[in-house]
Amino acid sequence: MLSFTKIKVILIYLILFTAIFFASLNLKNNNLIEKKVNLGLDLQGGSYILLEIDTKPLINQKLQSKVISVKKLLNENKINFKNFLITPEKISLTVDKKLHNKLKNLFFKQQDNPVNVFISEYNKFELDLTFSQDKVFIQFSKFGLVSLNNAALKQSIEIIRRRIDDVGTKEPTILQRGDKRILVELPGIDDPERVKELLGKTAQLTFRLVSKDDGFGSEKLILSESNEELTVNKRVVISGDNLVDAQPKFDSQSNQPIVLFTLDRLGAKKFGRITTENVGRRLAIVLDNAVISAPQIREAITGGTGTISGGFSFQESTDLALLLRSGALPAPINIVEERTVGPDLGKDSIDAGVFSLIVGFILVIIFMFFKYRIFGLVSNISLIANLFMMVGILTIIEATLTLPGIAGIILTVGMAVDSNVLIYERIKEELKTEKSIIHAFDTGYNKAKITVIDANVTTLIAAVILFIFGSGPVKGFAVTLGIGITTTLFSAYFIARHLTSVIVLNDKKGKFFKL
Amino acid sequence: MNEKIIFSKYFKFANIFSILAVIISILFLFFKGLNYGVDFKGGTLLEIRIENKNIQIQDLRSSLQIPELGDVNVKKFGVAGDFLIKFEKNANENEKFITELKNTISKKINSAVNFRRVETVGPKVSSELLKQGITAIALALAAMLFYIWIRFEWQFSLGSIIALIHDVIITLGIFSILSFEVNLSIVAAVLTIVGYSMNDTVVIFDRIRENLLKYSKLKTNEIADISVNETLSRTIITSLTTLLALFSIFILGGEILKGFSFAMILGVIIGTYSSIFVASPVLNYFKVTQKTLLKDEDI
Repeated sequence: MLSFTKIKVILIYLILFTAIFFASLNLKNNNLIEKKVNLGLDLQGGSYILLEIDTKPLINQKLQSKVISVKKLLNENKINFKNFLITPEKISLTVDKKLHNKLKNLFFKQQDNPVNVFISEYNKFELDLTFSQDKVFIQFSKFGLVSLNNAALKQSIEIIRRRIDDVGTKEPTILQRGDKRILVELPGIDDPERVKELLGKTAQLTFRLVSKDDGFGSEKLILSESNEELTVNKRVVISGDNLVDAQPKFDSQSNQPIVLFTLDRLGAKKFGRITTENVGRRLAIVLDNAVISAPQIREAITGGTGTISGGFSFQESTDLALLLRSGALPAPINIVEERTVGPDLGKDSIDAGVFSLIVGFILVIIFMFFKYRIFGLVSNISLIANLFMMVGILTIIEATLTLPGIAGIILTVGMAVDSNVLIYERIKEELKTEKSIIHAFDTGYNKAKITVIDANVTTLIAAVILFIFGSGPVKGFAVTLGIGITTTLFSAYFIARHLTSVIVLNDKKGKFFKL
Repeated sequence: MNEKIIFSKYFKFANIFSILAVIISILFLFFKGLNYGVDFKGGTLLEIRIENKNIQIQDLRSSLQIPELGDVNVKKFGVAGDFLIKFEKNANENEKFITELKNTISKKINSAVNFRRVETVGPKVSSELLKQGITAIALALAAMLFYIWIRFEWQFSLGSIIALIHDVIITLGIFSILSFEVNLSIVAAVLTIVGYSMNDTVVIFDRIRENLLKYSKLKTNEIADISVNETLSRTIITSLTTLLALFSIFILGGEILKGFSFAMILGVIIGTYSSIFVASPVLNYFKVTQKTLLKDEDI
């Protein structure tokens, strides 16, 4: 175990110096290789936000939108029905039993089906039809729900990305998590509350007329500015979908912050017609079920542009314009988990973490030196090499270092010496019975090998499982722990062993041995 | 180290002690339960720094008497003026909530307040995290069991797993007794303890197996004694260096790592104890001898 071929020695130190080279990339900005250990949100400050979309309202909405085409299909094919009812999850109706088969054939027609879309991706229909005596139920099929959900999630991610890009945070991460969630990581943001507000808003904008009588087809909404209760028509004149742009501006007369919007051609035409027909009436501008403002239509607006004023602050008008530009989320979104760390706490954590790392490291080095003298020195050199290799590998894979990750490094420092201790203790035992020193070292390394591997594999198992199940900062701990075990084995069995062999082979009389 | 310690003399006493400790731990876990942090219970955690360092904890507490927060818990956190606040309400039901709360507090105590850390976990996510944590620990135990079963004989596997469960239960039991907060990093700590304790056990088991093959006439307990003694200095040195590193995190690593390093320190001590006094006696109870090893090798 003590003989090394030249090639092996070169290879060992080549690996070590490569690792040291990569580790040194973290020291200063260089333009050669852009690799660096990233700091986790807990160290550099920032927000981790987990969002969950709520597709229930969307399902209802989509089901509602089917009503007209379902009724049309039934009427066109002379299928008489009664008790047509829409509940949150299904449409139910009563149809003569004899007609059930006919309905079924129409409903599951593959080509040009206006009601039930065939999803070729899954080879299934969007809607399901179930019968119970003369009752018929229409509801989304499992695959219909899946495709609805996926489309909504994809669209939501797109819109959230637009909103975040608009705010201008650096290097945001926006990822899909599972089938209903979106993970947003925003390193180093100044105002997490503002971003949260922007993310959580559905931003469904509608223009609707204020009606005089509160009958069917109208609803009561609150005007946010004055808490006035308004009766607003349910019919939407135009919606946010017709918007092509929105910008914050100052009103030239009152100098109040306002939002200037531009409509697309279709929207402009519609808006022009409605405002022409309803001069003198009030038009409610509704955002997510609250009326922002309800100005009186003084004259026809045919240019396709308009303004919204609602007693905003400048920040509010900027945010509203941003929301309108990015579009409405297809479904409401809720924040289900949030972790925000301020930059000063992050810095404190780095300072404390690094300080405790250095102190722990020095304590272990002193201890090892006093315990094993020259071989303690060898073990310490391999420990330092170990540390460099850890940082080097973390740099190569561009891992994210978190506070628990730093703890993982410190822990590795404490546990890394274990391999060397196991080996040296074994050699000590061998020296008691073995006369040849070289032989004692040889068997010592050999016999300890199995134990060292066994001992490290168990810790590696824990690290892997932690990596799979851990989330956020804890994952960082698993990464450093796992890498630490690998580099520990390398430094104990190659670097320390090589250094030991150099000492032993040059000192056959055993001058240095005082294990 | 020439003087031998007859560990097997203390096996019986140690085992009774361990069984009692496990029973007490289970009772505490069952009746008192664990003090779950927001990760597992849901709610909101705030780490705040108050500019005016003279503000007392009572002042802050009374400023937080807002019914909608639910159960509020305030404690000092590190230096003067730093506090940790936990309450049941999920702060993200209303996006403006945090900003409003900040204004309320700073107005009531009449000093600027800096929210250094905000963590909010919804009820659904927290129950998922808890489930994930338990699964991770269970899976880690199963994986260890499997590994030892492959590398050794089943008696060894059982011995090590009993030691592991013993460690995990007692660590959690101490957490329950001290009402120490259990959060995600504690799960990480428990998993590392599992790895560490296993590591320790494996080193002794390796030696026991080697000695079983070497000495055919000795009893299991005598072999265990020899093996534990032979590996004793390694056990002590490794525990010491690991504890040196851990204490350095515990004392200097900042408030956030305190719980984690405390759990690890407990785990290292319990894990070292259990390798000697729990895992090894189990082999004796199963009458593991040279024959056991040879028989298994024939198969």
